Amino acid sequence: MPEVGLFIPCYVDQSYPQVGLAAVRLLQRHGVKLHYPRDQTCCGQPMANSGCDEETRPLAERFLRIFGRYEHVVAPSGSCVSMVRNHYARFLEGKPGFDHLRRNTFELCEYLVDVLGVERAGGRFPHRVGLHQSCHGLRELRLAQGSERVVAPFDKVRQLLASLDGITLVDLTRQDECCGFGGTFAVNEEAVSCMMGRDRIADHERAGAEVITGTDASCLMHLEGLIRRDRRPVKVMHVAELLAGAEG
Amino acid sequence: MDSRRAILEALRRAGAPAVPAPPHPAPIRYADPERQFAEALVAVGGRFFRAPDAAGLSAQLAGLEPFASARRMVSLVPGVGRSDLDLSQAADPHALEGLDYAVLPGELGVAENGAVWVAGDRLPLRGLFVVPQHLAIVVPAGALVHTMQDAYARISFSGRGFGVFVSGPSKTADIEQALVIGAHGARSCAVGMVG
Amino acid sequence: MAQAGHPEAAARFAADDARAHWHDQALWFVRLKRDRQARALPEWEALRACAEKIKAHTASRLADYLEEFERNATAAGAVVHWARDAEEHNRIVHGILAARGVTRLVKSKSMLTEECELNPYLEARGIEVVDTDLGERIVQLAHERPSHIVLPAIHKKKEEIGVLFHEQLGTAAGASDPAYLTEAARGHLREKFLAAQAGLTGVNFAVAETGGVVVCTNEGNADMGTSLPPIHIACMGVEKLVPRLADLGVFTRLLARSATGQPVTTYTSHFHGPMAGGELHVVVVDNGRSALLAAPPHRRALSCIRCGACMNTCPVFRRSGGYSYGAVIPGPIGSILSPARDPARHATLPFASSLCGSCSDVCPVRIDLHHQLLAWRGELVAQGRLPAGKRLAMKLASFVFRHPALYRLGGRVGRFLLRHLPRALLYGRWNAWGRQRELPPAPKKSFRELYGRDDG
Repeated sequence: MPEVGLFIPCYVDQSYPQVGLAAVRLLQRHGVKLHYPRDQTCCGQPMANSGCDEETRPLAERFLRIFGRYEHVVAPSGSCVSMVRNHYARFLEGKPGFDHLRRNTFELCEYLVDVLGVERAGGRFPHRVGLHQSCHGLRELRLAQGSERVVAPFDKVRQLLASLDGITLVDLTRQDECCGFGGTFAVNEEAVSCMMGRDRIADHERAGAEVITGTDASCLMHLEGLIRRDRRPVKVMHVAELLAGAEG
Repeated sequence: MDSRRAILEALRRAGAPAVPAPPHPAPIRYADPERQFAEALVAVGGRFFRAPDAAGLSAQLAGLEPFASARRMVSLVPGVGRSDLDLSQAADPHALEGLDYAVLPGELGVAENGAVWVAGDRLPLRGLFVVPQHLAIVVPAGALVHTMQDAYARISFSGRGFGVFVSGPSKTADIEQALVIGAHGARSCAVGMVG
Repeated sequence: MAQAGHPEAAARFAADDARAHWHDQALWFVRLKRDRQARALPEWEALRACAEKIKAHTASRLADYLEEFERNATAAGAVVHWARDAEEHNRIVHGILAARGVTRLVKSKSMLTEECELNPYLEARGIEVVDTDLGERIVQLAHERPSHIVLPAIHKKKEEIGVLFHEQLGTAAGASDPAYLTEAARGHLREKFLAAQAGLTGVNFAVAETGGVVVCTNEGNADMGTSLPPIHIACMGVEKLVPRLADLGVFTRLLARSATGQPVTTYTSHFHGPMAGGELHVVVVDNGRSALLAAPPHRRALSCIRCGACMNTCPVFRRSGGYSYGAVIPGPIGSILSPARDPARHATLPFASSLCGSCSDVCPVRIDLHHQLLAWRGELVAQGRLPAGKRLAMKLASFVFRHPALYRLGGRVGRFLLRHLPRALLYGRWNAWGRQRELPPAPKKSFRELYGRDDG
């Protein structure tokens, strides 16, 4: 069984520890041997997305030092994984070990499906669930086909969710529109960000979702912030929590 | 330095990396191109007619209100419609204003989008396809291609020349995305495939 | 330094929630039409890839192809002019018109002439300029600019257009039916077409191999404007060129499907030389394009065919409106092109995106739009255009993330404060996140405190 370096993004570590623990349970259930390097902090995405390359570079270098030694690196976040896979090159191109790191860093569901070959997640979740497609997972990691592209349909996350007993995955009017989180965008463009978020929530509610799930706790944090403020009944749950919790 | 030289030199200096010209992808092949053409034409607001000959097409067009009620009409297609204006005498395109109907020859139909290639050298005045209020284009039945890629393979320009693909009637959706037929050009467009 | 920019203008647009959603829906409707047309072609992605390569190939030999174009266009009877910048472009167009005593010009849609601000230039010199695309005529009558490059009046409600037409074209008071208003515009503009002495068009594509220019419209306004008056002036940026006639087969299949969700525009007109007894002038314009071509990170932006698909799909554009960008070309592509012209003025535009990447996936020529937006952020920061406070915050965060002990401590203190500070303090004016949203939870223990087994 592969030895995996577990990458728990900083905001998951601090705000959503249960998402990290669920990812651990899920990976261990599938026989993965996990290592959690304690020196890890942040991949540098907030700095990179703000254009602060100088501030990002040392964090990218750190990440390579800490995670470069593992056969695989897995994180419960499409966005942070995309940072490593698609945006580290400009800081780390040519550095020893970078190519290995880039090719072997995976988002959690992607890892289950593509590397471990999991076809059925196993378990029961008798609820109406809306899947929020986080953009970086969708369009940078290609976890699903994406509504813009004319290619054979596929959806790795949905496939795992659909295999749960009793689950109903609802159909959204806009299957993969952005929720408006976008990192610092959520604060820089607060008005548009919140309108985008409310529109996503409304779409899930119209479809009758009891739970909104997704691969990125960051998008869910934004949506949950709006849901709690507006006192909406719909719940959010990271896909790791949903899959791990569905076991019994 | 003159502007022409300055621009060309700046573009050469820009140093865009060499990229070879790519081959074009193989376009779709429709099982029934004529049916596809007819459906595409209707979808863009046009009318499709199929007739064995000019007389047959004339009989069908006679059932169209704009054709039947046209007071002033020109036809460049023998046997279809009539000419109330001698275009060989008209040098000023403003003579086209006031025409209710034009019947024009089309060279080629395009199945994917219902467009017809109208060659400018067949038109005594360029504006014939757009100034008259209504339009019929007559295309030989065999002159049908699947896609625009196929169409351009059959078109050539040597020196001076005008040509236009016409796909249905003139239209706009500039007011609240509401589709309105008849913006500036033809208010209706019938395509007759003959033969 | 970035002055008041997109966030403020976007917030003003979004403040009218009903209108912003109306705008969002109108453009989303176009996006859905685009999806249906794209899916009708199994070769869609191959077409995009091909178009991308044709553009890259053309860019790599652009000067050669322009010379070939000029030779063939001249042989066909056109006169080719060259303009380094907007001012020269305007001077050339005015020169042609003035020399022939033209005082009445009809124009079909051309974003290039918007970029060059041709209309006020000509109007100041006594020439009546009539925009003839219905959407453009609407904004011209309203003394506004297009808010979208393909749908210039998409921001206007039909009732507002009804009032405008009532005041300026004499339509019935209170009438707002689109068919009625369009018919009124048809009559009004037909008079203008018949009276015009010259017609000006943009250029969608120019073909090196044949020396032709191609203009695509749905209304037929470019065709009216080039069929009635004897003088046709076609204005094109250098990037409009394709090498061969056959390349149009690729681009005409992509353009209208991407732009408005039609299988092709109603009219795709090919001009090689003037009409009998007339004149065709082609004005080839640089105005910053060669500089863009010389900038490797942004070179691909020059491939844009101005379909507007990136605007229709952009969740930010749909909810903030075209004017919020304060640029001739708004939306994702405009947010790349504008800072190249004036980084100080447009410094907020590359940040007006959640980087969702939908624009890159709809783009018919596969411009990596959201990566270019990111690249621009880096350049703007390097130019010192990020507000000092934000830069400092990033420096601080980066420092903390480099020191795990500090990160752990900061996390603990932060979570403690989040749990214990009074709400009024947490949700003070400083907290943009908390204006409409609750803050994230602050658990007692972090993941690393809970996960105790293995140090890897």
